[in-house]
Amino acid sequence: MASPMLSSLGVTGVTVETIELKLPSRLEAVGEGATTIADFLSRVGIGEEAAFGIDMAVREGIANAIIHGNKLDENKFVTINVTKSPDLLEISVRDQGEGFNPNTVSDPTSEENILKTSGRGIFFMRTFMDQVDWSVHPEGGTVLRMIKKIEKS
Amino acid sequence: MAELNISERQGGDVTVLDMSGKITIGEGSVALRMAIRRLLEESKKRILLNLAGVNYIDSSGIGELVSSYTAINKEGGQLKLLNLTQKLQDLLTITKLLTVFDVYESESEALESFK
Repeated sequence: MASPMLSSLGVTGVTVETIELKLPSRLEAVGEGATTIADFLSRVGIGEEAAFGIDMAVREGIANAIIHGNKLDENKFVTINVTKSPDLLEISVRDQGEGFNPNTVSDPTSEENILKTSGRGIFFMRTFMDQVDWSVHPEGGTVLRMIKKIEKS
Repeated sequence: MAELNISERQGGDVTVLDMSGKITIGEGSVALRMAIRRLLEESKKRILLNLAGVNYIDSSGIGELVSSYTAINKEGGQLKLLNLTQKLQDLLTITKLLTVFDVYESESEALESFK
């Protein structure tokens, strides 16, 4: 895995911390990337309960980008940016795939889908994050953006 | 160390798989699939998964549990779950799968339920 780039910017007294990762498109990178991000979340003070859900969402987002976006093509990469500001955590996961329409994903909890063996990843992202959306990157590929409001302790 | 460790023992005519580690995309999910496939090949169709040591599961792992459940049912067998962690129980609740699986907290009750 490429080593993460870390930065901490103090802008008008507000600290924003970020991390950027570039992952190869193989299955092992899901856990490697998620572990690095979990360490980051711990370092910036995200509580254990929230961190569990964010970690679930991150793993699903990376797995989708590697498998469905880049189709496990090792010539393609997944780029992840995590930004923590005082009240928000924003995670973007960009792949180099051909695009994705979230409207084609059916509800995995409906009766006809309950015994399907796949289709729960996006459901977990939407369950554990406050906002989840997808866009097309100007240079190609899909960008998944997930936002979590940070509870004040 | 393997992502998911699975050890097999017999509780009467029920095969108990004690599992520890992660059931996640790739190695963990594949290990579960191979274990279930092997048991079905050996005509061991009454299977209890002891998940006490499973500290992490993702959507792929949950999909593999569902896949195991349907594969065993198709062969006329039964799959039941034992000792879910609170996190796994929460995940099965939100995915509405807790109503699909037969779940136990006591091994003796679980074994008895196969009779």
